[in-house]
Amino acid sequence: MMTEVTAEHYIILSTILFVIGVAGVLIRRNAIVVLMCVELMLNAVNLLMVAFSSHHKDSAGQLFVFFIMVVAAAEVAVGLAILVMVYRNTRSTDVSLLDQLKN
Amino acid sequence: MSPTIFLILASLAVISAMFVVFAKNPVHSVLALIVTFFSIAGLYLLMNAQFLFVVQIIVYAGAIMVLFLFVLMLLNLNADTEPQKSSRFRMIASASAGLLSLAFSAGMVIDATMGDRNIANIQEIGLVKHLGKVLFTDYLVPFEISSILFLAGMVGAVMLGKRTPKESNS
Repeated sequence: MMTEVTAEHYIILSTILFVIGVAGVLIRRNAIVVLMCVELMLNAVNLLMVAFSSHHKDSAGQLFVFFIMVVAAAEVAVGLAILVMVYRNTRSTDVSLLDQLKN
Repeated sequence: MSPTIFLILASLAVISAMFVVFAKNPVHSVLALIVTFFSIAGLYLLMNAQFLFVVQIIVYAGAIMVLFLFVLMLLNLNADTEPQKSSRFRMIASASAGLLSLAFSAGMVIDATMGDRNIANIQEIGLVKHLGKVLFTDYLVPFEISSILFLAGMVGAVMLGKRTPKESNS
């Protein structure tokens, strides 16, 4: 049993979460789930940034996490709008149907 | 006390993240992702990053997941329409994810000279008062640029989501 939570524990946890996100992006074909797995990867990196910010006692890491959240929110809004448009044209959210840009 | 909370939150996050990937129904994936986001918010609180705890709950668990659920309901997707990849491709994908985790662990072993790794959880830097001061002095320009990015994203989402007249005729 560990006595104290150190930066190493957070590194291991965010590695696990990031790899689960990568596996999700590779395994799933539904574009919405793929986008959710990208969010999972972003969150893993955010967690690591906060851990290192606490470890170094520097607030820059936490502010960068704030900016990452801003960019992620904008990305999700535009990405889901694109998905709705794709669904309207192809009647599906399967990413393997999107291998061509024309038609 | 704090290691126990960490272990509970970390295992909750990992289990629900696995559920996101392996759930057949996309709605279940979204609900599992909300659990993951809440447990990560709990970990922020454990590191005394109170501002990010609140932002995580409002932005991720609130706004982004509502957007995901809304689009899922709008497109009416469920387990029956869920496309599946072949088992051979799944195996290759899992193997490459495993290789990636091996590479990450190798990096951790090499970088074993970090020195004191304790995380002091009684500190001021995560509080709104301190972060706000830094945000509006040192990071003022990035803050304003991110507001322009938001505006552009909003206009882009409306433009993309709008039906063109040609489409509505057909």
